[in-house]
Amino acid sequence: MTAKRALVQVRDLKLHFPIYGGLLRRQVGAIKAVDGISFDILEGETLGIVGESGCGKSTAGRAVLRLYEATAGSVSIDGEDIGKLGSEALRKKRPTMQMVFQDPQASLNPRMTVAGIIGEPLDEHTSLSKTEKLTRIYELMDAVGLNRDFANRYPHAFSGGQRQRIGIARALALNPKFIVCDEPIAALDVSIQAQVVNLLEELQSRFGLTYMFISHDLSMVRHIADRVAVMYLGKIVEVAPVERLYANPQHPYTEALLSAVPEPDPSLEGQKARIVLVGDVPSPANPPKGCNFCTRCPKVMDICRSVKPETVEVAPGHSVACHLIAQQSTTGRTGGTGAEHKPMTNQQGEVA
Amino acid sequence: MTDAVVFRAPRNQWWDVWDQFKTHRGALIGMLVFFGIILFCFVGPWLWPYSATHIDIRARNQGFSWTHPMGTDQLGRDMFARMMKGGQVSLAVGVVGMLLSIFLGALIGVVAGYFRRVDGILMRMTDLFLALPLLPLLLVMSMLFRQPLSNAFGVEMGMFLMIVTAIAITSWMRTARVVRGDVLALKEREYVLAARSIGTPPGRLILRHILPNVLSPVMVSATLTIATAIITESALSFLGMGFPPDFPTWGRLVADGVDYLQDYPSRSMMPGVFISMVVLSVNYIGDGLRDALDPRIRGR
Repeated sequence: MTAKRALVQVRDLKLHFPIYGGLLRRQVGAIKAVDGISFDILEGETLGIVGESGCGKSTAGRAVLRLYEATAGSVSIDGEDIGKLGSEALRKKRPTMQMVFQDPQASLNPRMTVAGIIGEPLDEHTSLSKTEKLTRIYELMDAVGLNRDFANRYPHAFSGGQRQRIGIARALALNPKFIVCDEPIAALDVSIQAQVVNLLEELQSRFGLTYMFISHDLSMVRHIADRVAVMYLGKIVEVAPVERLYANPQHPYTEALLSAVPEPDPSLEGQKARIVLVGDVPSPANPPKGCNFCTRCPKVMDICRSVKPETVEVAPGHSVACHLIAQQSTTGRTGGTGAEHKPMTNQQGEVA
Repeated sequence: MTDAVVFRAPRNQWWDVWDQFKTHRGALIGMLVFFGIILFCFVGPWLWPYSATHIDIRARNQGFSWTHPMGTDQLGRDMFARMMKGGQVSLAVGVVGMLLSIFLGALIGVVAGYFRRVDGILMRMTDLFLALPLLPLLLVMSMLFRQPLSNAFGVEMGMFLMIVTAIAITSWMRTARVVRGDVLALKEREYVLAARSIGTPPGRLILRHILPNVLSPVMVSATLTIATAIITESALSFLGMGFPPDFPTWGRLVADGVDYLQDYPSRSMMPGVFISMVVLSVNYIGDGLRDALDPRIRGR
């Protein structure tokens, strides 16, 4: 672990979208889409980000690439704080960090040919001649497994999996070091998902890429990621190496998430205790006062409703933000789980 | 094995556009008619013996004949020659007015849609222009600028510039609104975000990703604006605020013919038919172009 250096360092990243209201369109509040997350991604590894819909995964990914201006915090990629770069310096920096988008249909301009789409980064950042550019485009198409004959076609003529390959080829065009994969497989069907994920893994080993892999598909993340960060309502609740997290989840939310993964063996599937969370995710405009998860947590305690939990490292590389863990580590108690569990009155976490 | 080098090199996409355009019959006919009219107006005067301003009072008010295929007017001027000469001006006013108006409209629309900071100001300005009564504005403009422009560029060129500008600044608003709406929707699409993540600067991003995708509404309003421009010019000329009276334009010919509508209906009918033909053919060309430029329709 220590031999590799951290390519991406995110420190206390916050992204709040302002809400305007009232007669004078004043700012009356903010959607706290990403509310203070910190993590490192080591060179050559894949960090999986999981969490349910609307927890801020994609926003975090975009903020890391400074596609959105962060409200606070810093992101440094390859030792440079990209939040402080001027527009031209940022433009020069863009080739090292690229993104693969969720919806392959929407992320390709319908009026450009495949060659045009893959060639756009080359147009912007290199001064290759026409033939050199074409050679590079063909190389990229070979790398992602697209027939060279398709160079002249338009995105609408491709299937979802092929479109995603085009998107990946575009992201690879400038030899990036770091790629944010924003749910690259969510819009594809299962057989194609496997192809695309295998392609991503193959490219990673060939070009030494570093991925931030955002997904809500836990089994896919288990397959591709080296470490996993679990997000809930704009915060990272648990980070751990992938095997450790799946074998020994510490945060109640992670436990609940993992219990939702289907078990392939039907006889085991029947016995599995599934933790069903009740209620909805609280509004990110008005998160609960204490722990963000306190409105739905099956192991909620009094302290959870008033004090935000600190992130504690329970084992090397495994950090959890939960009062249960904090108590365990301080008092050595094995957690008063059932006793303190009280029926919840307001699941939205809004203070009446 | 067929996986030898059987791939084709990328071909210039304008060939695809032309291939698709050819399959649109209406557009082809429209293009033929439009080019026919252009030839008629710009090459015709070289071949035709009569001048548009030559007065032959003994041959006035004649009907159709081989010497005067469209007859003569009340001063004995050859209508055929006048149609050619008038067409030059009307076509030029229509096309240049359209180009200016579309340019203004698209520019303001894109800037307002893409750059949030100026959106409010630009759109309120658009509303302001929409609320202005057109004809009085045009009249005031021609009162104010007629003389200086005539002095600076000569009577005809001065009038041309004034009319074209007047048409452009009174007809860009619809385009601007439509374009702004489309840009607002387009700039939230993921491919625009993808282009930003590549590091494409806003100018090229707009040219490469946004403008091509707002092409269809722009094309439609372009073809309609040609018609409006020709008609606005005729209205101005009719009110005596456009080109000088002896200077023929299609709009002017329609207006002149109105006095003799009962006796010689063809005199205002012919230029009217020509205006309609131009508008119709341009409309069809625009339709064909819009289809040909959309890769999703192309190849069907």
